[in-house]
Amino acid sequence: MSLALPTGRARARLSATPGQIALALGIAVFLALFLVWPSATVIYVAFTEKGGGAFTLVNFADFFRTDLFLRSFWNSFYVSAMAVVGASILALPLAYITSRFAFRGTALIQTLGFLPLIMPPFVGAVAMQLFFGRNGSVNLLLDDWFGFKIPFMEGLNGVIFVQSIHYFPFILINLSAALRNIDASMEEAAQNLGSSGFRLFRRIVFPLAMPGYIAGASLVFVKVFDDLATPLLLNVKDMLAPQAYLRVTSIGIADPMGYVIAVVLIVASVAAMALSALATRGIDYSTVQRGGGGLARRKLRPYESVLAYLTVMLILLLVLAPHAGLLLLSFSTVWSFSPLPDGYTMAHYARIFGESSLYIKNTLIYASLAGLIDVVLGTAIAYLVLRTRLIGRDALDWAASAALAVPGIVLGIGYLRAFYGVKLWDGTPLASLWIVIVLALAIRRLPYALRACYAALQQISVSLEEAAENLGATKLRTVRRIVTPLMMGGMLAGFVTSFATAAVELSATLMLVQSNSDAPLAYGLYVLMQSAAGRGPGAALGVIAVLLVAVCTVLSHFVIERGRAMPQAGH
Amino acid sequence: MTAATANRALAVPAVGVRIEQVNLSYGDNHVLKSIDLDIRPGEFFAFLGPSGCGKTTLLRLIAGFNHADSGRVLVGEKDISALPPWKRDIGMVFQSYALWPHMTVARNVAFGLEEKRVPRAEIGPRVAAALELVGLTGLDQRRPAQLSGGQQQRVALARTIAVEPKLLLLDEPLSNLDAKLRVQVRRELRELQQRLGLTTIFVTHDQEEANTVCDRIAVMNQGVIQQVGTPKDLYEQPANLFVANFLGTANIVEGRVIGDGVSRAFEVAGGPKIPIAADRKVAPGARMVFRPQDCAIVGAGQSAGPDRTIADGTVTYREFLGASVRYGVRAGSADIAVDCPFHAGDALHEVGTAVTVAIATRSVRFLSD
Repeated sequence: MSLALPTGRARARLSATPGQIALALGIAVFLALFLVWPSATVIYVAFTEKGGGAFTLVNFADFFRTDLFLRSFWNSFYVSAMAVVGASILALPLAYITSRFAFRGTALIQTLGFLPLIMPPFVGAVAMQLFFGRNGSVNLLLDDWFGFKIPFMEGLNGVIFVQSIHYFPFILINLSAALRNIDASMEEAAQNLGSSGFRLFRRIVFPLAMPGYIAGASLVFVKVFDDLATPLLLNVKDMLAPQAYLRVTSIGIADPMGYVIAVVLIVASVAAMALSALATRGIDYSTVQRGGGGLARRKLRPYESVLAYLTVMLILLLVLAPHAGLLLLSFSTVWSFSPLPDGYTMAHYARIFGESSLYIKNTLIYASLAGLIDVVLGTAIAYLVLRTRLIGRDALDWAASAALAVPGIVLGIGYLRAFYGVKLWDGTPLASLWIVIVLALAIRRLPYALRACYAALQQISVSLEEAAENLGATKLRTVRRIVTPLMMGGMLAGFVTSFATAAVELSATLMLVQSNSDAPLAYGLYVLMQSAAGRGPGAALGVIAVLLVAVCTVLSHFVIERGRAMPQAGH
Repeated sequence: MTAATANRALAVPAVGVRIEQVNLSYGDNHVLKSIDLDIRPGEFFAFLGPSGCGKTTLLRLIAGFNHADSGRVLVGEKDISALPPWKRDIGMVFQSYALWPHMTVARNVAFGLEEKRVPRAEIGPRVAAALELVGLTGLDQRRPAQLSGGQQQRVALARTIAVEPKLLLLDEPLSNLDAKLRVQVRRELRELQQRLGLTTIFVTHDQEEANTVCDRIAVMNQGVIQQVGTPKDLYEQPANLFVANFLGTANIVEGRVIGDGVSRAFEVAGGPKIPIAADRKVAPGARMVFRPQDCAIVGAGQSAGPDRTIADGTVTYREFLGASVRYGVRAGSADIAVDCPFHAGDALHEVGTAVTVAIATRSVRFLSD
């Protein structure tokens, strides 16, 4: 897997052509317009006087003087931290079981790892209320049998519960990867020196897996901190993201408090990421040796096996609860104050495919366009970074990745504010056009697509391109005939990831949808789910969204696996 | 603390190792087949063989990381087959060194002592002594990633020696070092082993490493021990074709045994005919084996004698090696490599010319698989 890149020679060969410079400038302008400017606008407004242009900290002083905002801040922090704890409780045993033992349910756990991700958390929230709410199935049964109820879904508990179940795969995936990257000899050396059992785990395995855990945990923290739709749907309003949304939508885009909250959200995201980077700085613990397969797995003893299966089954039940609830709800006539629906019907699907098919059509268009933009930009940036010595190419990479630190709601507010003043020839503000939704989605998903393209290009040896140029192909033709076909797998994977996640993204779009006819599926879902009558059709739409994302995920798995099976280019 | 006291502090009475009828299979793959071995106390012993021959599997079995299907391993007359790795008191240096990246050099070396519940006051001096022994004094606060490959290897060695194991296992310890360092480190290893008097097993696929460092070698192939002996024994008296071929270069020539009732000879079709001593047994299908330096190109018209056999042939290739020249000579159906010492001013034979090869009869052995 070495990228045998003789830097000296590469430096001489790879200098920028006018075309590359133009490409870089084009990307820079795009990022400046649709990422930097809106984000900067948000920050600018937060720090200036309302109506005037003078710099001020009054808005922040107001923020810290208002009880509601302080409570919201504390609640957001508390919910995010507890969601990390909850997600860890779900992820740790699963990661431990799969990495330490020859466990036949490993495939099951891997499926578990992506099941929650194919459903937007706010969709799951409604279904979870039906199962775990005050009058949900579980509490009704508990009350019947034992005479008490558990407040799973009361207030902040509900957000924590739903987010833990939704985001635990981030910890599971990162932690499992970290455990897989520990070479068996690390553990054997400790055994050889007299260590065993829990002491060995505590002193060797756990510290080595720590960076992976921190990476996953910080990601969960940030995602939960920034999430808007889940608390809104659970009717929890005293958290930061809902407050920002409510300020902007109810008081208006001129009110500075929404922007102040947005800045707080950005700072919290960046701080969490910086902290995790700081905690894992300079420690690359990937110790796997050539072809090594991670820690040795031992067979489970019978009682351990039973325990392992019980744990996995329990988590599986929890993870499947939102899916099952959604499916039941989409077929039910009335479902309230009973463990299961009263009756079943197909009417919701009929309604969705009738009047609401517009949502589906919009989503397909928006997500495909966003995915396309991401792949084109991702490939271009990866090419500029890896194959040219253009000054500032790393800045492009950095800027595109910085989108990770901008919460969706912040980007949405920024677009509203920045583009509302921009009028088209007929006087309509730019911010009200549906294409703005596409651009927001593309910017939000760009970091992920960029990583996929980057990895794909990194695997192609420079010598393959040199050979083409040696045989008379120009740079452009080399890119078209050699680089693009070899990168196709990675680009496709990047597209599918962007598409699938953009299809269910809500936090940015919630701000930007101006008319129902422009609304994508996630927005429609949100609107439907808010009224009791809309829940049936909403659930039906949710099932369609889940299927859409599931198909994409399976497709991208398939593409990536096929890419792996292909002999690696240039090795 | 001086090196002398450090040595005494780390000295342990040497023990022997006995391996009895060990078998190990992974599914249908029979990795170790009826292994019997006797390693003497204080010996520097090598498992030598090509990759996949089972040498590392056998080493890991002694350390307790693999489990035999049958047979047992005795260290100092004590059967350790049922003990887990952490109770065996056998030190192992891993091929990858397996230094823990989250600990400093000192913490790495102290780890085993802490696990063995050595009193806290003793740990510091013993870590210092172990580091001094491998010449790494002063680097104790570094992280493994800040060390060179050679230094990492020494840390791995110090970490293992610090716990004063009864037996030292080295799994290809030189394979991750560059060629020049390898020669230096293998001398140091030998010297250290001699000073500590510690029974040591060394796994390698490199015959030169095994020859230069070890007292005795077990040559392994396909899970079977082919031969055990000193480097000289193995080279001079290989037990079979595999050993002859694996250690050094050998001419291996097919032919058949002819006899007239009085005397026997090994005849190569169209080539040399080697007399076979009366007391020598030659298995059916055996081949003739001799080293390139045990034959020579001689002037035309030379005749065979009691201690040499003559064959006429043609030069097929020539490799100039500096101290010697290696010629390939085709004599009948036999391709023979001949090493001729080279001295300044010597003329070389050209490819395609006819030459006469003399083979030292006494050096010829008849071996089968």
